[in-house]
Amino acid sequence: MPEKKNTTKKVFNLESVLKSKGFSAFMAALFAIFLGLIFGFIVMTVASPANSLPGFRTVLLGGFRRLGDVFYFATPILMTGLSVGFAFKMGLFNIGASGQYTMGMFFALYVGFMLKPADGIHWLICVLAGFLGGLLWGLIPGVFKALLNVNEVITSIMTNYIGMYLVDMLIQSNGAMYVPSKTRTAYLPQSAQLPPLGVDNSSVNISIFIAIFIAVILYIILNKTVFGYELKATGYNRFASQYAGMSGKRNIIITMAVAGALSGLGGAFAILAPSTIPGSSMTYEPINIIAANGFNGIAVALLGNSSPIGIIFSALFISHIQRGGTLASLFGYKPEIIDIVISVIIYFSAFSMLMKSILDRIVKKRREMRTKDHAETGGKDDPDADNPARALDNDKKGVN
Amino acid sequence: MDTLYYLIQNTLPVAIPLLLVALGGMFSERSGVINIALEGIMLFGAFFGCLFVYFIEGTGMNPQTILLLAMLVAAVSGLVYSFLLSFAAINMKADQTITGTAMNMLVPAAILLFSKMNFNSDGVTTNTNFYIREVPVLGRVPVIGKLFFQNTYITVYIGFFLLAVSTIIFYTTRFGLRLRACGEHPHAADSVGINVYLMRYAGVSISGILGGIGGFFYAVGVMDGNTNGHTGVAGFGFLALAVMIFGQWKPVKIFFAALFFAFLRTLAYSIALIPFLDELNINQTFYKILPYLATMIVLAFTSGKSRAPKAEGIPYDKSQR
Repeated sequence: MPEKKNTTKKVFNLESVLKSKGFSAFMAALFAIFLGLIFGFIVMTVASPANSLPGFRTVLLGGFRRLGDVFYFATPILMTGLSVGFAFKMGLFNIGASGQYTMGMFFALYVGFMLKPADGIHWLICVLAGFLGGLLWGLIPGVFKALLNVNEVITSIMTNYIGMYLVDMLIQSNGAMYVPSKTRTAYLPQSAQLPPLGVDNSSVNISIFIAIFIAVILYIILNKTVFGYELKATGYNRFASQYAGMSGKRNIIITMAVAGALSGLGGAFAILAPSTIPGSSMTYEPINIIAANGFNGIAVALLGNSSPIGIIFSALFISHIQRGGTLASLFGYKPEIIDIVISVIIYFSAFSMLMKSILDRIVKKRREMRTKDHAETGGKDDPDADNPARALDNDKKGVN
Repeated sequence: MDTLYYLIQNTLPVAIPLLLVALGGMFSERSGVINIALEGIMLFGAFFGCLFVYFIEGTGMNPQTILLLAMLVAAVSGLVYSFLLSFAAINMKADQTITGTAMNMLVPAAILLFSKMNFNSDGVTTNTNFYIREVPVLGRVPVIGKLFFQNTYITVYIGFFLLAVSTIIFYTTRFGLRLRACGEHPHAADSVGINVYLMRYAGVSISGILGGIGGFFYAVGVMDGNTNGHTGVAGFGFLALAVMIFGQWKPVKIFFAALFFAFLRTLAYSIALIPFLDELNINQTFYKILPYLATMIVLAFTSGKSRAPKAEGIPYDKSQR
């Protein structure tokens, strides 16, 4: 997590780090993770007491044995996480990441099968198609919200279902893409697959770098551009920003389109990933189920406090414990344990306000103890010593 | 004519879960708490209801008695699960949408875990037949008997009963008025001595009870008494939210909205039985999309002047009065 520099103090000290917004968000996330893992451990102990310790250790550390896979599975949820987080900055809840993800995946597949451009750029065009598919699908809730005042949560849930049914139908009715005997899509041509990074037994590929690069770009857009400023201002107070002359409607549409495009890229990255078995590829099975990676994106965004940089780390973390959860099946545990851990983590990360105030109280207590020491050695005892600091902190929240 | 009877007989068991869950959402939102967790609450209620049926069906009890008892179990489990939301939203002032999302994610995972470990399957499968072929006496009444008292479930009548009770509580009791006040202007309500926290707890708890019952009725009327963690309740909790918005947060309008969506869904799944639609030879998936598409179109026309409770989603903070 990047710590905001405290401009009032030139010297780096622990206290300014402790007070910074990024740090308290980080601590809140850590606390939520801690509670989620404890809950997971309890569930594992209840399920099978004898194996709980080695099983839990596998959940925690197993991912390190499969680092390539951790990065590979982190890529799609990093993209959907960025999508949800970006919309969150505007105060929009993009629960429709799943539909946009599926749409992006379909567009990428379609270009992969139907177009035959030069080999070197084929996968690039597929990725761009995925971008476009997600963008179109994100545009719908955006337009509905901006122009027709329909709650984006409901429309994006509806577009999840519509997108899923539509894509399944389109794939099943396309002879070139679908193999009815296997109830799956056919293998993509090699040229449409993303260049691998050459890790043994892992599909990790170039898209993880693209995803991280996009996260950095988003960070810059959010923090260094007028658009990013307007976006966050609208997120804080829609009416005030409108009064200040920002076009709320235009920004809502752009935000949802960008969020959709990010999810669409996630779908493209997932389906275009190279397979570890030569001559095959990733396939999609149209079985009328909403893509789980969209909902995992919500978890990633919340855990990363909607900050693009935070989301990189939270995507890696969630991918890491998911790998661990898969490996824990060696001890007879089901991978669903990880889903439980993740939902508990999200539940507690919604308490972040409360956790921040607990942290503030701890910091305050430490400072009071110090002032007391100070008073005993002859300094002035000032009970209000921390008030200006808190005012400054509030000020920062308002401006940022 | 038989096709019409068939459609209506099949619409009602689908409409009732939607109706009950949307009514639950209405109680919660009119008290000021957004309840996006309805999907999870439904599945939670459905699971415990079915689990109860699974354990008790061997005793040879009358199926309808089993259903009523399981309904109570589902109501209690929905209530208990909804405390997670009320605690987070009211005491902890947490973001209600995030809390709801977490609760929705938790239930399918927990059900899958439990069922895989104990039944080696994805959910609970029961064998009790809750279907009523014909209600005695009433089923013989011309037209009405065929529409409402043949090939149905007892859930339909309970649903109508709960609709009536909810409407009365909502509009004619002191409690209903106070609850609505807390969703519109909690500070004003507090200033005249209403306990906003308590009212919101009540609103969310009622939505937990109705959500649990609705979930179990979904399992009975749509899934033949089974639950599983993979398909869950197929987005009915979210559809119920759309029904609630379409019904403008008002009980009777919600009833008609629920009928509308349930009819579309029934239509989508019975195309093969309707000769003139079957002849059109349109891909079935289009009909499956229909309820969701209709929701969006309807919302586009009705959301212009939103009647959403003014204070929904905002945690109540006494100190800001």
